[in-house]
Amino acid sequence: MQPFTTLTAVAAPLPVANVDTDKIIPARFLKTIKRTGLGVHLFDTLRYRDGEERPEFVLNREPYRHAEILIAHENFGCGSSREHAPWALLDFGIRCVIAPDFADIFHNNCFKNGILPVRLPRAVCDQLIEDAQLGGNARLTVDLARQVVVRPNGEEIGFDIDPFRKHLLLNGLDDIGQTLQRAERIDAWEAAKRAEQSWLPPVKVA
Amino acid sequence: MSGTKPRTLFDKIWDSHVVDRMEDGTCVLYIDRHLVHEVTSPQAFEGLRLAGRRVRRPDATIAVVDHNVPTDDRRSGIKEEESRIQVETLERNVAEFGVPYFPLLSPQQGIVHIIGPEQGISLPGMTIVCGDSHTSTHGAVGALAFGIGTSEVEHVLATQTLLQKPAKNMRVAVEGRPGPGITAKDIVLAIIGRIGTAGGTGHVIEYTGEAIRGLDMAGRMTVCNMTIEAGARAGLVAPDDTTFDYIKGRPFAPAGEAFERAVAYWRTLPADPGAQYDREVTLQAADIPPMVTWGTNPEAVLPITGRVPDPQAVADEAAQAQMRRMLDYMGLTPGQKLAEIPVDVVFIGSCTNGRIEDIRAAAAIVRGRRVAPGVRALVVPGSGVVKQQAEAEGLDRVLTEAGFEWREAGCSMCLGMNPDKLTPGQRCASTSNRNFEGRQGPGGRTHLLSPAMAAAAAVTGHLADVRELA
Repeated sequence: MQPFTTLTAVAAPLPVANVDTDKIIPARFLKTIKRTGLGVHLFDTLRYRDGEERPEFVLNREPYRHAEILIAHENFGCGSSREHAPWALLDFGIRCVIAPDFADIFHNNCFKNGILPVRLPRAVCDQLIEDAQLGGNARLTVDLARQVVVRPNGEEIGFDIDPFRKHLLLNGLDDIGQTLQRAERIDAWEAAKRAEQSWLPPVKVA
Repeated sequence: MSGTKPRTLFDKIWDSHVVDRMEDGTCVLYIDRHLVHEVTSPQAFEGLRLAGRRVRRPDATIAVVDHNVPTDDRRSGIKEEESRIQVETLERNVAEFGVPYFPLLSPQQGIVHIIGPEQGISLPGMTIVCGDSHTSTHGAVGALAFGIGTSEVEHVLATQTLLQKPAKNMRVAVEGRPGPGITAKDIVLAIIGRIGTAGGTGHVIEYTGEAIRGLDMAGRMTVCNMTIEAGARAGLVAPDDTTFDYIKGRPFAPAGEAFERAVAYWRTLPADPGAQYDREVTLQAADIPPMVTWGTNPEAVLPITGRVPDPQAVADEAAQAQMRRMLDYMGLTPGQKLAEIPVDVVFIGSCTNGRIEDIRAAAAIVRGRRVAPGVRALVVPGSGVVKQQAEAEGLDRVLTEAGFEWREAGCSMCLGMNPDKLTPGQRCASTSNRNFEGRQGPGGRTHLLSPAMAAAAAVTGHLADVRELA
């Protein structure tokens, strides 16, 4: 996983609440067995009509075609657990999503892919959306180590993040590796549990 | 985890699965059952392969194909190439990693959230995960069950654990008895209408109250299934005799003396008297009428007796704009009576409402009636076992003689990953769980409702109050 440290980039405003994962990546694009290549289908129905780009959609306009930050409204990423949603965002180039709140599973999935989800109050998001609407000269900076978003005018806005997740993200660490450092503990726990619940049969298909 | 503080059902399951706890409160949580399907697992198995890792507990894992499989005759294979590749990839992966698997043509095949409880794989007190948000369904047996992404699927395959922080406790009590014709689907739609699509974010919801206790297991599964549509990852119902009677004799459940020992443990799971919840919501069952969604998220729901809402009556500008967008997408006019909206398609099935009880409820309305002219109506049983049972009861004949299509098990038109989808502009009365834009096919319009209400729509040709047909 690519570490996330500091990002200075164009931010795309998407002032919409309840952006669901079907909207981020419709189910018909989930038939892939890879993680890559989904960026072209990101926001498919908002982005294209009859195979042509909809000029009014933000990611079809300059400079937002090169956006690496996305700012939205409440409950971003609700719906399905599909990790194809963060994969599609990442493949398009989005490394950070800012919103008042996120759906739990999407929020989790972001961290597994080096995407930083930042929770900020609605009024702050709206302010950042206004900044973003100024276009290419109004870049935002997101500094994970210092936990701040820097507005184009230099104002710094702090955000909260889970310390463990911050550590993994800053260092690009694979959390399976982290967990396997505790393999002995898992072995011992599992053995005790098996003894305690000896009534539980294994899942076995003939 | 002794201590004297009274604990909730969720607290007890959580505490009994914590392998390790880090400084910031992140826990290594042990997972008892992992259900795997073809859409969210290929990249996870690929990750294991690249890292040279094995599946730690094949005997706690079950794989099945459901999301993209066709629901017509499947003996000649899957025609759509990408779907076929995904299914073949899963079959290669389960063979390579030794994971138990129900193949497409076996009677045990079905929607992953139908087969877990049906086979006795999902049991009370367990932690259960699957790369699918509707894993919350399994909470109906009194388990902590939630959906995960593909990276977490890989994490569970490799370690049988997840890194998690505990959720907050929320209790939704549905008191009293529901009126005639009111089903679990109406109850859960009413709950979502009340608390909203993000109302449960960060929480696990325990459903309590006389109306929940009075539901059969299928009904409890419907309620828990749609918990994710209220933003909560997991919903659960305390196990009781209804639960134990349901589990007894299921193929993968403990049997004989082992079953008795299991029940003794399961009886310790319900919340202690005085256990605290971070949030409590109460609904009166008698106040809940048959419900139907009118918009493009599940909180956009109203009683069937209502009318399409008017955006002008909404003060907040953003909310008004969202409502306009929803009505435009749905092709509806403010003030229009919901019970007069014509439908093109009726879909009965999905992990929400694809069980035998759901098919019986639909057939009871359809018996002696015919599907209205111009309406395409399909029933997709949730599993091969459900299909066989329905056929043994003659329900397939009731439905097909009325003009319904009777199909093979799978997710089907709930998410339109297989050939069963809506065409642009088509309007569907659907027993599934999501009415998002394009969910059932690009441009398709979805109204969520109960199986009995779906059957009523099929025979009348429009959304209808089932109480007038029963």
